[in-house]
Amino acid sequence: MERNRSLALHGGALLILFLLQFVLPPYHYTNFTRIMVLAVYGIGYNILIGYTGLLSLGHAMFLASGMYAAGLAVHYIGVDPVSAFVLGSVAALAFATAVGLVALRTTGVSFMIVTMMFSQACYLLILYFNEVTRGDEGIAISEAARQIAGFSLTNPILRYNLALALFAGALILCYALIRSRVGRVLIAIRENEERVKMLGYHTFRYKLLALALSGLLSGAAGASYALMFGYVGATFAAIEYSIFALLWVLLGGAGTVLGPIIGALLMFYLVEWTSDVTESYRIVVGAALVLLTLFFPKGILGTLREKRLRWLP
Amino acid sequence: MAAVSFLETKALSRRFGGLTAVDGVDFSLRAGEIRAIIGPNGAGKTTLVSMISGRLAPSDGAIRFEGTDITRLPPWARVARGIVYTFQITSVFRNLSCFENVALAAQRALTLGKAPWHAIDQAALASSVTGALERVQLHERSDTPAANLPYGHQRLLELAMSLALKPKLLVLDEPTQGLSEAEITHFCELVREIADDATILLIEHNMDVVMELAERITVMSNGAILAEGTPAEITADAAVQQAYLGA
Amino acid sequence: MSLGPHLLLALMEGTVAAFVLALTALGLALVFGVMRIVNVAHGEFFMLGAVFAWTFAHLVGNPALGFLVAIVASPILVGGAALVIDRAILRRFNYQPEATIVATIGLLYIIQQLALEFYGPDARSVEAPINFRLQLPWFGYSGYKLVVAGISALLLLATWYGITRTKLGLVMRATQFDSETAQAFGIPVDRVYAAVFALGAMLAAIAGVLIVPIKQAYYMMGLEPLLLSFIVVIIGGLGSLRGAIIAAFVIGISDGVISVFFSPNLSKILATLLVALVLVFRPEGLFGGKAAR
Repeated sequence: MERNRSLALHGGALLILFLLQFVLPPYHYTNFTRIMVLAVYGIGYNILIGYTGLLSLGHAMFLASGMYAAGLAVHYIGVDPVSAFVLGSVAALAFATAVGLVALRTTGVSFMIVTMMFSQACYLLILYFNEVTRGDEGIAISEAARQIAGFSLTNPILRYNLALALFAGALILCYALIRSRVGRVLIAIRENEERVKMLGYHTFRYKLLALALSGLLSGAAGASYALMFGYVGATFAAIEYSIFALLWVLLGGAGTVLGPIIGALLMFYLVEWTSDVTESYRIVVGAALVLLTLFFPKGILGTLREKRLRWLP
Repeated sequence: MAAVSFLETKALSRRFGGLTAVDGVDFSLRAGEIRAIIGPNGAGKTTLVSMISGRLAPSDGAIRFEGTDITRLPPWARVARGIVYTFQITSVFRNLSCFENVALAAQRALTLGKAPWHAIDQAALASSVTGALERVQLHERSDTPAANLPYGHQRLLELAMSLALKPKLLVLDEPTQGLSEAEITHFCELVREIADDATILLIEHNMDVVMELAERITVMSNGAILAEGTPAEITADAAVQQAYLGA
Repeated sequence: MSLGPHLLLALMEGTVAAFVLALTALGLALVFGVMRIVNVAHGEFFMLGAVFAWTFAHLVGNPALGFLVAIVASPILVGGAALVIDRAILRRFNYQPEATIVATIGLLYIIQQLALEFYGPDARSVEAPINFRLQLPWFGYSGYKLVVAGISALLLLATWYGITRTKLGLVMRATQFDSETAQAFGIPVDRVYAAVFALGAMLAAIAGVLIVPIKQAYYMMGLEPLLLSFIVVIIGGLGSLRGAIIAAFVIGISDGVISVFFSPNLSKILATLLVALVLVFRPEGLFGGKAAR
């Protein structure tokens, strides 16, 4: 019964996103494409912070590793976009696993700082190898290099539906994960890791798995972004992108499957809307972070779940 | 094969800075017995069982379980061998339902030695969880979040989690603390039932419970074993009287 | 210039930078040590100090007088802002460590935006209060930078004295050691927290005032001292003041030297990686010893 309700809710959300493409005006059409790709990054982040209880402040490094692995391969070597997507995702998976082997020896505030420092080092490395990466300015990937079976990735319809497919894949993966026995252990680690150890689980392995999956989704989002929008730049590796992920997830509701896209969608349009009034996004992001921690720590869906919809995954 | 004891510690010690909490303890258990450890606060009881269950690493000495050295094994590996510890302070997963709490334990028992991607038999899991909840009579509260249970029931839930792990050695650290008289009676019945398939090591302050349950009693004081024997022997022991009971 | 004088110059620059860094990092270490929280907006207090310094210099007109006004008034203003933040935000969620980090990230953005709105996007310089130059055989050196080192040294000593020798310091250390017991002994823990948070912000603000005549006041200038202070506090051993000061000199001077001879980016990459590895493999820090927790 509850299972059916939640399947209907998530299926319905995907259906709405599918149908929106027939009504959205072109400007919002591109925005939604972008938001769906970035929400995949948010879902990846949420697996770690929302379901495993590990707060990373350096997820931009996984987004960027997928983005650069795919983007540079296409730009310099002429790899086809599909292989580049796989390459970017796998690179991020491997990178996240390597980072996890070191960083997961810490917890809490130390883990936040360690991930932030690793991510900062990556950002600086991208700037350091300026000749290859073109630093902050970034690389524009030519349209000619972004063709799949004769279709150009600049085609908005193709792009929207690819983004939707990616998002649906991430959503289903996340949903299946938290309903699985692995997800059960991850949630328990969030609640009380010490107890989980005494129930006979090698918790480090589970946390590593969560981080690897989280990195995989972040990298897949980064690779898709590079291929769909033809741009790779150091801003995506900067700490700001780690904080965006944090903000989307906190706003939508950490530990809810649909939270990341709701958070990303709201933040995107909130920044859009206020940028008509003030010059910069900073005050919106800053105020949102402060207000969320003060008054709304569970986010939108988290609060809804607490008040009404207990079955919400 | 009687020479191989079920659990055995040799010269087991644990120091915290300058303080020696457990000092060269030789301790052994027979399979199937119910053993109580008693002693004043600070005697080293919790430290000893923490080393046995793997929560604390010993400073010195060795632990053998069913003939194998487990001194350096991490806690999860000990659970896999059947050593299960229940916490002194109730530590159920407060935000999860009773079912989820026990399911975590049950799925561990069902998936031991299997690869992580190995599918779990949901029916077997559900029956194992329900079975454990039935034994502690919490099966009707399966969907209740643990935090909403009264304290005594939380302790029972904790016990159900341990049962679902199918322990060979169940370590209970002050299990009756904070329970009412009626709850304690029920609890003692349960422990007796569990003892049919498991060895039980019990730290307990309530002497009525100890006398009721224990087949043998170990008395600890200042990090060492002061005396060991049947309840009758311990009650008669002058040294124990002086150190602990007689005060 | 040949290598010797070049190295000397790099060392002198590094030492001056290290003094300013020590001051900034001391503020962060104090807040972490006593309150067990990480203040991500710490660099913004530094930036505010610098921006106020420019404002006062601009209002007063005379560089020396403006500097004197700024070095008194800027920390007071910034300390006041810190008190408001403590009362209005941090205390409300009881200084919960993770929430504090998220909220202070938010504050970082808010303070930057306010500086941008009211101060503007330009980097602006302030004339040094003295224009004495120390003439060495190979190069001349700004006398003001020596003043910066001197003032920083005095403030470091004063803070040190305050913490180790005064009653206020004793109260702070008691709170650091065990806030619940301190509370039970009648120490007003939340007032100690507010005072420490303000003091940490004031130290950063003074560092900001001192740096303006050397660098420039700019609304994004807080990020670098934040990162460096993080590095210093962690390598020094979280919460250990002595470790933080030692680390400030090691990091400040080596950053100065590596930046002169190699790339500033490279030294930062090495430092960030070092920090991550220290936190993972030696969480008590390199200079903190056993005393640091």
